[in-house]
Amino acid sequence: MTAPAVLRRSEAVVFLVIVAAMLAIGAINPAFWQLGNLFSLLRSNVITGIMALGVLTVMISGGIDVSFPAFAMTAMYLTLRWMLAGGHGGVAVPFAMATAIGIALGALNAFFVHSVRMIPLIVTLGTAALARGFLLGVVGTSNINIDRMPPQLIGFAGTELLATTGPGGAHIGLTAMLPIYLGLALAVHLLLRHTMLGRAVFALGGDREAARRAGFDLARTTYFVYGLAGGLAGFAGLLHVSMIWLANPHDLAGMELDVIAAVVLGGASIFGGRGSVVGTMLGVFMLVMVNNSLIIMHISTTWQRVVVGVIIIAATALTALRDRRRAG
Amino acid sequence: MSGTFDLRRLLRRDSSVLQLLLLTAAIFAAMSALNPEKFLRAYNFQSLTFLAPELGLLAVAMMLAMLTGGIDLSVIGIANLSGILAGLFFHAVGAPRGPALMHLPLLPVAAGIAIALAAGALAGALNGLLIARLRITPILATIGTGQVYVGLALVLTGGPAIVGFPALWDAIGNATLFGIALPLLLFLLVGAGVATALSRTALGVELFLIGTSAKAAAFAGIRLGRAIFLSYVATGVLASLAGILLSARTNAAKSDYGTSYLLQAVLIAVLGGTNPAGGQATVIGVAIALAALMLLSSGFQLMRFSNFLVDFIWGAFLLIVIAINALRNRAR
Repeated sequence: MTAPAVLRRSEAVVFLVIVAAMLAIGAINPAFWQLGNLFSLLRSNVITGIMALGVLTVMISGGIDVSFPAFAMTAMYLTLRWMLAGGHGGVAVPFAMATAIGIALGALNAFFVHSVRMIPLIVTLGTAALARGFLLGVVGTSNINIDRMPPQLIGFAGTELLATTGPGGAHIGLTAMLPIYLGLALAVHLLLRHTMLGRAVFALGGDREAARRAGFDLARTTYFVYGLAGGLAGFAGLLHVSMIWLANPHDLAGMELDVIAAVVLGGASIFGGRGSVVGTMLGVFMLVMVNNSLIIMHISTTWQRVVVGVIIIAATALTALRDRRRAG
Repeated sequence: MSGTFDLRRLLRRDSSVLQLLLLTAAIFAAMSALNPEKFLRAYNFQSLTFLAPELGLLAVAMMLAMLTGGIDLSVIGIANLSGILAGLFFHAVGAPRGPALMHLPLLPVAAGIAIALAAGALAGALNGLLIARLRITPILATIGTGQVYVGLALVLTGGPAIVGFPALWDAIGNATLFGIALPLLLFLLVGAGVATALSRTALGVELFLIGTSAKAAAFAGIRLGRAIFLSYVATGVLASLAGILLSARTNAAKSDYGTSYLLQAVLIAVLGGTNPAGGQATVIGVAIALAALMLLSSGFQLMRFSNFLVDFIWGAFLLIVIAINALRNRAR
């Protein structure tokens, strides 16, 4: 049982890389350390981070999910259209509804992965096309702009923990969505590490047959992991549009790659059985920081994809080497 | 492991080809019944023979990657990058526009083709290196390289499309030979080549063995790394060929062209009898699946379904097909 020690080490590596990168970015442009920039960096972690928690759980169970951005947009857009059509307000009910739609869509993934026994990548590619196609082909393609966005949602997502005034008189605030992300992360961490369900997720990803013989309910576990990923995506989708005041059903396309990259960067193994919430949060922070800091470093944003791609390759190469060392 | 075009032998050996043919016939009949005037027009089928080959090449590329239990999610990036590199080359040696570009002679156009194919081979080699040598899972390796290829395409173009290719280049995607679309002839030629290579060469047989059981293949003395590396190089070259057809047909190249092709290539490969876990694939199956799905989507487009709805139908079709396959395997 050397796994925990190694895990701690790979998280420590990511942490050290982050510190080094922060020092480097700060050296290139000291504006990086301004409070406003740091707050906006933390704010950018929220949506990617919440979605990454679901993807992490799927990956620990030995699966992969590329459908969650499509699910997030479907849940968000259906919820908003329902609110606008019926004049419904509130905050808790819409978020519960978006989460529920996400869970239902996640259950569809679980059905194909568990009952049909199809490779998760191909299943989720299919359900992603299904959800996006339904959303854009049946529900609608038009944006919901700020003038029509429900004011309670904007008010809720605009809540701030603390606020101050910057040097130029600009308003600087730390979003209160951060504790929501941290709370969800803590919940997923406790669930994975301290409940039988969490143990089943690790067992399923470690060795499916062994998990079955040990008496774990594989169907329930599979539905749980894909349902969790879908539910978190639905929640994050509505939160995302509430934070940017614009609901575009085309939004978040391609985000699955960033999130998977962040989870792998955080030390999770695509073969399952390994991964941690802390590692994933560090991976998300690393990726978001690089994406946000390209402009600060005077690098053209067209390079963003190349940089993300190189990070994915480097991180996966390192984990592959680590896995091989352990196997050999 | 069928590569020859002897139909009787093929049908006897693989009943799934027969089922695919029946499915294609059923789709054809249903679409003809739904759009009696428009669907059966010669023009409709003619335009499909120009449109389908680029997707068919991507599906064959995907099939090759799946043959060893892998997948290549970077094929679209490779295709676009290849077209863009050739386009930039033409703009550099000819002119950004005008007759100097239009009437570029054969030699520079051939050089452009070589550049595009070399880019595909190089990109495929990088994939192969990461997968075969560093043993990165194909999904993650090609997600990463796909980002890099799309990213490089973005950096090279700055975002907007490269518009304007030489007339000779455009002919690859738009001309006819003996009354048959050149892209279709190209696809048939390449498909037959891949099928022959898979059934008649040592490398082809090795790939099937690796896909069936990598461990047994290793014990049989097959150099896994080399075979897998070469299969990804071939996948890259096929993807760049698709990129040549795409840019030739549309007279433009862009970093985000054909993004919906990725799902469609996977779907066609799986529907064509390719086992994503490896060891099972036929070019003829992929070709029939391509025909079936092109008929399906053209039929729906004629009924004025939006492209988004067609995407929905592709997704639904993929899920239904894998569910039926699973039920059939269970019954066996």
